This record gives sequence, C-alpha cells and structure tokens, in this order.
Amino acid sequence: MKRYKGYGYGIGLAVCVLLLMAANLAFGSVDIPVRDVWSIFRGEEAEKAGWAYIVWESRFPQCVTALLCGAALSASGLMLQTVFNNPLADSSVLGISSGASLGVALVVMAGGGGVVAGTFSLTGFFSIVLGALAGAVAVLSLVLVLSSLIRDSVMLLIAGIMIGYAVSSVISLVSFFSTSEDVHSFVVWGMGSFGGVSSEQLPAFSGCVVLGLLMAVLLVKPLNALLLGPRYAENLGVNVRRVRSLLLLSTGILTAVTTAFCGPVAFIGLAVPHMARLLLGTSNHDFLMPVTMLCGSALALLCNLLCVLPGETGIIPLNAVTPVLGAPVIIYVIVNRRKLQYFN
Amino acid sequence: MEKIEVIMEGKGLSVGYRGKQGRVVHTQLDFRLYKGELTCLLGANGVGKSTLLRTLSVSQPLLDGRLELLGKPVGDYSVSQRSRLVGVVLTDKTQAGGLTVYELVALGRQPHTGFFGRLDRHDREMIDYALDAVGISGKAASYVGQLSDGERQKAMIAKVLVQECPLILLDEPTAFLDVVSRIEIMALLHRLAVEEGKAILMSTHDVEQALVLSDRLWLLTGSHGLECGVTEDVILAGRMDDLFGSRSHVCFDLTHGVFSPEVKGKGRVYLHASDEVLRHWTQNALNRQGYFCMKLTDPDEYPQLEVRSSRQLIFRTRNSISECVSFEELFKILDK
Repeated sequence: MKRYKGYGYGIGLAVCVLLLMAANLAFGSVDIPVRDVWSIFRGEEAEKAGWAYIVWESRFPQCVTALLCGAALSASGLMLQTVFNNPLADSSVLGISSGASLGVALVVMAGGGGVVAGTFSLTGFFSIVLGALAGAVAVLSLVLVLSSLIRDSVMLLIAGIMIGYAVSSVISLVSFFSTSEDVHSFVVWGMGSFGGVSSEQLPAFSGCVVLGLLMAVLLVKPLNALLLGPRYAENLGVNVRRVRSLLLLSTGILTAVTTAFCGPVAFIGLAVPHMARLLLGTSNHDFLMPVTMLCGSALALLCNLLCVLPGETGIIPLNAVTPVLGAPVIIYVIVNRRKLQYFN
Repeated sequence: MEKIEVIMEGKGLSVGYRGKQGRVVHTQLDFRLYKGELTCLLGANGVGKSTLLRTLSVSQPLLDGRLELLGKPVGDYSVSQRSRLVGVVLTDKTQAGGLTVYELVALGRQPHTGFFGRLDRHDREMIDYALDAVGISGKAASYVGQLSDGERQKAMIAKVLVQECPLILLDEPTAFLDVVSRIEIMALLHRLAVEEGKAILMSTHDVEQALVLSDRLWLLTGSHGLECGVTEDVILAGRMDDLFGSRSHVCFDLTHGVFSPEVKGKGRVYLHASDEVLRHWTQNALNRQGYFCMKLTDPDEYPQLEVRSSRQLIFRTRNSISECVSFEELFKILDK
C-alpha cells in the first residue's frame, strides 16, 4: 500500500469526524437553531436559558462519548481479530461485552451504583468500571484458554457465543433477584446509548478510553508480527505472552469502559475493522489502526445522529441502529471472502 | 582451506513434550550445523522432524542435553537476541494475505528496527536485496494473497533473509509445491547457503532433490535416532534403507537415488539392452510387471529380452522368438 493513500484517508476521515461532531452538536431531539448553538459555544447568551444547559450537559458529552466509544470498540475489534487470527472476532461475538455487562449488573444491583441513576461519585464510577473490567477480563482469559484448545476459528467463535449465552443467563438470574426499578434501568442500559456519560463523568471516562487507545497504538509493531501467527512473531523477537496480555488488557479496558456507560454496543467492533481494511486495502496496522479508530468514531457519531432523527417524539435505541449499518458490511465481507486478499 | 565454522551444535539432546502427557520423542541426539551448508532433514511422517526443528528454534524447550548456538548455550540468549540469530520458515497458516510482499518481507526487519518498526535506508536496501535474491522483486507491490504457493514460500524466505540470521530453519518449505517450484526453492536455498554463508537446515519429504542439492543429510528414524553425514557418505554407507524402518516393502535404489516399491517377482528375465537409458526404462517396465531382471549368464535358464531400440524388442524363450515394436506389444506376449 502506498503511504500517501494512508495519509489521504486519514485526513479525509478526520474531516468527516469533525463535520459529524458539529452535526451532533447542532442537531438533537430538542430543536435549537444552529446559530444559537454556535453562540452558546462562544459563551454568549442564547435565546432560551435551557438551551445552553442542553448543549453543554447533554449534546457535548454525548458527542465526545460517541467519538471515543466508536474508536474504542473498533480498535478492540481489530486487536481481537488479529490476536485470535480470526476476521470475525469482536468483543460482542466472543462474549466479552456480556462479561462486562455481568460485572456492571452485579455492581449496579448489589450496590445500587449510579450509572443509570445519574448520580455521580468517583468511587461509584470506578466500582462500575472495575466491575465491567473484571467481567471482561474473566471472559477474555476464558476465550484465550479455549483458543489454545480449539484450533478451528469458526468453532472458537461459536464457543464465544456460548459463553455469551451462559453469561447472559447469569445476568437474567441476577435481575430476577433485583427490584423492578433496577431491572428497568438495566434493560434501558442494555439498549445502548451514548448519552450515558454525564459531563462530570466525562473526564474520567475519556481518560480510561484514551489510555486503552494509547496502548493499542503502541502495540502496532507486535500486532503486525502477529499477522504471521504466534510462532513467527516469537521468532521475530516478540514476547508473545506479554504482548498478548497487554493487548487483552487494552481490549478489556476499552470494552469494559464503553460497555459500562453505553451498554453492550453491537457490530461497531466487528464491522469497522473490515470497513477500514476494505478502504485502505491493507492489513498493515501502521495505517489500519488509526484509520479503524477514525472510521469507528465517524460511524458512532453517525449512529448517534440517526438516533435523534425522530426529533421531539423520542430517541431510537443505539442497538437498533448499529446492526443496520454493521450487518451488511459483515455479510458483504463473508460473501466476498475469496476475493478479499486479507482472507488468503 | 578455511576453517569450517559450526553454527549450532547439539550434544546428547533429548526432544519431546513436557507436562502430564509428556512424551520424550528422541534422546541422545548429536549433531552440528555448519556455515555455508544446506542440510536436509529426512524422516517418515510422525517421526519427530517438526519437534526437532521446534526445539532447535527454541520455540519448544529441550528436555535434556546441550544445545549451543555460536558456542554458547541457547538459553543464554534473550528472545530478541535469538531473533537475530535463528530465522524460521514454518508451515503455519498466516493472516498475511492483505499485506504486500514488500510489507511481509519488511516484517523480517522487526528484530533490527525500533519501537514503532520504522524502516531506515539500510532496512530498505536489505529488503530490496532479499527480494532480488529470491527472485520476486517484480511482485513486491502484489498482495501476498495473490501469490502462488511457490512465490509465497519465496517471500517467506526473503523475510528470513532480511532477518540476517546465521542459522535458518525451514519446516517442509517444498510441501504442496509443484516440481518446478520445489527444485527452484531447493536450488535457491543451496545458493543462499553458499553465497550468503548461512547454515540452513530444512526438513523435507523430497528425497530426490535432497540427494542432489543437500550438502549433508540428517536421517531421523525411530530406531536409529539421528544419523548425520555428508550426503554421499550417508548414501554409500547404505543408511538410506533405514529411513522408513520396518516398512521394508519400500527400498532405496542406490543406482538412481530414489525410493521404489519392492519388486514382487513372478518370473525372471535376462535383460540385454544396447544403452543405459533403454536398460533403465525396460527394467522399470519389467519390474512393474513383476519380473526380476538378471544379467546374462546361462541363456537357457530364463527367457531373454534383447532391447536394440525402443522400436525393436526381441523376446526369446527356449522354443520361440517374438519381435515387438512397443512395450505394449511386449506386455501382451509376456502375459501369455
């Protein structure tokens, strides 16, 4: 692949992301004229006092959350696909987001933490994130052990789906013993939304996601070596065990934090790495990783925009939108896998 | 004559698997790998060739004995030091189809590049040189997924070349290749061993090519362990017959350097041929039909076949003479 092509797509996507961010700030379920949004951003008085609150407390955190979640989910999908040598792996298929969900469910229902209730405390934030992280890492480790036993990649995916089901049944069991309010808020959370992060939570949330993304970027060189499989990678001087642990930690952090606050968002992690590969025409992570992140951000921002389309009547759940955009990509990839070089 | 340099040496080495279901595959292996030589590792399926290669590449721990690389135990080197000393070409399935050949070969520079793997001018020169050396410069911008099996193998060899290791281990690099690619790969490896001064060890089932191009043979058998030696020494000492052990219905043809099925004879024929080529192919035909070929001694004991040319085959028995113009006709007469 030519390097200028990579830079070209990178810049193009960055512009897309900026435009989509602007659109996310300008449009929402409440109709605010674009001129007023702009003046609110410059710190001026808007026509209605409530508008400033909506822009700063709802639209801005939601926009940043979508931006980061999109990048986080796609980057973790890409890492999982490379580590497990499996182009159809991602955190929802392998049951990792279910693991994170279970962690969240246990923390929410046991301790009544304030994810969906909206009350924010730093300890509450970290207990939720840690719960999600513990769940995600537990499932990841299980999948890793299974991957050494199950050589067939399709069978590994099915095993991952089974883990997801098993974990979900535990979640159902937990909710059976919970109050109906907790269950309701858990169901709403499960539909997925980028609006789950309040402006107070935003810095801590962003910090965690940026940490995970930074790890992903720093692991680009061993990721490229892992394209040849673990034994070649080891021969190229990669400490496979350590790199795998770091990659899974990064994936765990990214999946846990996004799942804890936005719910188990499906299809972004699975589809976006393929979109980036198709766009760039390479599996080289030097370009694939940043472009995957940018694509993920753009797609998440687009989905968030589609969610508020109905206007005043309400918001479409995020998980009703992402599969509509993601599933066709995966079906296209599967149908054309013989023609796509990265499958050969 | 310059001193022969030992790159790797094993003394009393045991290879196999640890753990509960651990299994010692071979014990007391002694061997040396020399600079500038291509060595072929021959052995039946399942005899432990891959296990031995994995042990030599230190991706599997050795169970007992000493394994020295450039005079130091392999355990004394770190993972990153070893990546600059031993390069491997494996049979593993890769996910590299979406990389260009250039990018794939560039991965071989990873032991020499910095944290982000950026290539400097020297790295790029090495890659160009390696692509040229294996003869796939023209494919540098193609995707690995577009290559034929032979080209893919050459790309992997270029990858191992840019790694700049004195020792290269290859696990069946010629498997699944057509005969032209097999010969090309073997000739390429032999040339690289000589010209680049590498010690190259490859496992293979391609006995015919190994006998032609390999400087040394390693025969790995369940009964005799590992036997090493210069190719011709091994052949003429009659060691090749041990290779497949008890499966003795296959025997090694010393004259032609190939393994062939044991002839189960239903008769004997005296064969007299006007040249070596005719003799070889007539014998081939008669063996397949179940006849042993004898040198002419007493003309009355067995039937006689005189081959003057491929169009003139004269078959004599005690009371008849028949002349054939093809082997097809000859077979009809033999059937009577």
